[in-house]
Amino acid sequence: MRYLPHTNEEIRKMLAVIGAKDVGDLFSSIPKDHRCNPELNIPGGISEQELWAQMNSIAMKNRTLSCSASFIGAGAYRHYIPAAVSELASRSEFTTPYTPYQPEISQGTLQAMFEYQSQICRLFDMDVSNASHYSGATALADAALMARRISKGRKAIIVPDSVHPEYRRVLESVLCDGDSIRLIPSSCGRVDRAKFAAALDGDVAAAVVQFPNFFGIVEDFRDIADSLHKAGALLIAATPEPIAFGILTPPGSWGADIAAGEGLSLGLPVSFGGPTLGIFTTRDQFTRQMPGRICGKTIDAEGREGYVLTLSTREQHIRREKATSNICSNQTLCATTAAIYLSMLGKEGIRELANINAAKADYLKKTLSAIKGVSIPFEARTFNEFVFETAKPAAELLAKLDAQGIIGGVDLGRFYPDTDQMILVCVTEMNTREEMDRYAQVLAQVVR
Amino acid sequence: MERRNSKSLSDTNQRTNEPTYQRTDSSYQRTACGATGLVLEEPTLFEQSVPGRRGISLPAIDVPAFNPCEAFGDLVRDKAPELPELAESDVARHFTRLSTRNFSKDLGFYPLGSCTMKYNPKIANKVAAMPGFADTHPFQPLSSVQGNLRICYELERWLCEITGMNAATLWPAAGSHGELTGMLMIRAYHTARGNPRSKVLIPDSAHGTNPASAVTCHYDVVTVQSGPDGLLDPKAVAEAMDKEVAAIMITNPNTLGVYEENFKAVADIVHAKGGLVYCDGANLNALMGFVKPGEIGADAMHINLHKTFGTPHGGGGPGAGPVAVSRALEPYLPMPRIAKNGDNYTTISDKPESIGRINTFFGNFGVLLRAYVYIRELGAEGLVGVTKMATLNANYVKARLKDAYDLPYSRPSLHECVFSDKRQNAYGVKTLDIAKRLMDYGCHPPTIYFPLIVHGSIMIEPTETECKELLDEFCDAMLTIASECEKTPELVKNAPSRPFRRRLDEAKAARDAVLKE
Repeated sequence: MRYLPHTNEEIRKMLAVIGAKDVGDLFSSIPKDHRCNPELNIPGGISEQELWAQMNSIAMKNRTLSCSASFIGAGAYRHYIPAAVSELASRSEFTTPYTPYQPEISQGTLQAMFEYQSQICRLFDMDVSNASHYSGATALADAALMARRISKGRKAIIVPDSVHPEYRRVLESVLCDGDSIRLIPSSCGRVDRAKFAAALDGDVAAAVVQFPNFFGIVEDFRDIADSLHKAGALLIAATPEPIAFGILTPPGSWGADIAAGEGLSLGLPVSFGGPTLGIFTTRDQFTRQMPGRICGKTIDAEGREGYVLTLSTREQHIRREKATSNICSNQTLCATTAAIYLSMLGKEGIRELANINAAKADYLKKTLSAIKGVSIPFEARTFNEFVFETAKPAAELLAKLDAQGIIGGVDLGRFYPDTDQMILVCVTEMNTREEMDRYAQVLAQVVR
Repeated sequence: MERRNSKSLSDTNQRTNEPTYQRTDSSYQRTACGATGLVLEEPTLFEQSVPGRRGISLPAIDVPAFNPCEAFGDLVRDKAPELPELAESDVARHFTRLSTRNFSKDLGFYPLGSCTMKYNPKIANKVAAMPGFADTHPFQPLSSVQGNLRICYELERWLCEITGMNAATLWPAAGSHGELTGMLMIRAYHTARGNPRSKVLIPDSAHGTNPASAVTCHYDVVTVQSGPDGLLDPKAVAEAMDKEVAAIMITNPNTLGVYEENFKAVADIVHAKGGLVYCDGANLNALMGFVKPGEIGADAMHINLHKTFGTPHGGGGPGAGPVAVSRALEPYLPMPRIAKNGDNYTTISDKPESIGRINTFFGNFGVLLRAYVYIRELGAEGLVGVTKMATLNANYVKARLKDAYDLPYSRPSLHECVFSDKRQNAYGVKTLDIAKRLMDYGCHPPTIYFPLIVHGSIMIEPTETECKELLDEFCDAMLTIASECEKTPELVKNAPSRPFRRRLDEAKAARDAVLKE
């Protein structure tokens, strides 16, 4: 076995030093009645060449997004990944260490973390970022728990249904007392202000808003931030698509106290939805309530600048049951990747990229809405995703589009009642005008 | 902008007597390439930013002109985010330079106890990067992702076979996320029987994540003292056990690397009062082909794929923490479940008793895929060989070091061993010093100060992928350090002197909290 370097001779010598007759002796502390059948019922080992062939044949059972014209997003957006991003992030000096518990020999990971935190703070216009969470959804769940801690005793979390349905389900599971979530239905794809006001009382710890929301809509939440703050509650912002902040107002500018997000768009492959990158940011005054690893700057014994994991008295390995979260491992490599990607994009690049996304999505939205039988149910400002509606079941239309090599989007009926004639469509820089025109052409045929 | 590195650079250069290269037209300076023995000072991205530079080329816009101000009005950001402006070559050099400051598994011995830092097979990364997997979307029609679903389905079956469990969820992103998932299922199980119960028993040797996960699920933690032999004491469990105890969380082998020989007895005590047994699977590398926790009373168990199944640790993640469960807990598994009908794989998302979702999409799919590749290549016999050689390596290190370092518990070790700094304390040297000194000898230090039941603990997990020469180098270094502790303790207390940085001031970091630039 090529990952086990031991020769028989070495095993013999090692056993002699240990004072054991054979390797089996080393397991003598396991009682007989605990032992299992030593023959595991899984396939036998194979060579790398056979493995590669087999994995290729399994991969052939998937159809890649590039085989079709793909207009699917819904929280996992396909963006172009520059070659340098993947190549640098896959250096084994980044991939094969663990959490930088020993800073003297982990300055590479630590400086990358520090730079990631800095870039995310700038992108989100927030004071402080942690070194990553698992995913946008788990970051959001931890944000809700943190808001409850800060509000000391308040339990309720207001959640509009325009928040990603899977984020909401994760939030429900983790809070594990469903009745503390006050779900408010949207009005025209936006937060219904009257229902929001009705839900806001002295037991509310925080409200969650998503920007852009699950329908692709961007809305002004400053009024919501104001009323929450007046009521002594926090505003938690969630974003599935941080590229939007290249041109749109970041959460820090409209009053978010905690801003969580999904960083899959920042240089990571869609890869069936993961590994993800949970982004977690907050304001200075709540730093010590944050979950997860945080990197800080310091000096070494000779006065040279360096970086360490810091504020660890918040964390489980020190505080155990009193920790701010149970999180231990995070998604550092994904954060490193995002740091590389964002430094390639730079200040102007991200603006231009966001602009291309918005422009293309706007083009498709206008083109599709001009088709007879297609309408836009929510009149609202949208970034790189929007919803259209027809008189036909979405599932049927999507199947017909699929047959013509177009992954047309997501059937909204999968997530919401009474929306099974609506389709959520995403356009990024990966979609050409030609693809979009073809989408319109085929849709015009099949919608009749 | 201030010259942040000017002081440190002049220090460096006095020491090495090497020339510096100073950019007169910019705000930072760095040492010339190669001039300091390839130890390169590297300013931050922001210090290197030059207005007008960019590292990306974007396609020309092929749709009609679009005016964001018209489209978005007052939602347009007034100032662009201040991301650094760099050319691709700047970025490539920066991150390559940063990478050289990391000690990594591919660089050498990394015996971080409880973390199972084994070699990560390259083929797994190559497979995960294949467009056939990397370029697929979680909401594609299921008929177009049959390969991905097959990976998930078979991986679930294999993990169940290895752990002796009935079913599993693959979606938790890490071990502690798996614990949370497992404890949520246990809560749902008890809730369905009329009382979620209020307490969870956790041995004092447990990972800190155990109590933190239990508390997140609204349980109070009752700490169970380990016996004098470091093992879980059935009597202590029996005393703590009542009808308000939802579960016990047991790590087996425990964090001393010792097999919990009373596991079955303890499980019986807990089950007798209606409680469940959660097994922390961080140490599964010691059990494959020897013990299936599901057969000796575990009801739920997480598996750290980044430990036992060789997926890269990534500097702290992404990992994956699938949870395998007994028949009793299967109804509560998170959504979606993966099912197979004939030759067709599908997903199930509407089980009413399920705890719901614990992550988006299909978890850290790329990590699951790597673990699949690992198990598929090694096969049944290979996995058992892993456990045998991991145990051989740990016992070899233990045998070579036991005369120089204090062994607080004498029970046989499986995949890792734990020493204390008791003998070295006599010379004023602590575990931290020993750990730092190891860096000067080219080794990553073991896990230190954990488990908490050992004073100044030094927890060594060599893993199976290390050859005898490397183990000998490590042991020789540890023995040399033991003798340095006696003869030249100051040398050890001031270590490290050879890595890129000397000891870093952690108190200052926490006090000043400079968390961004």
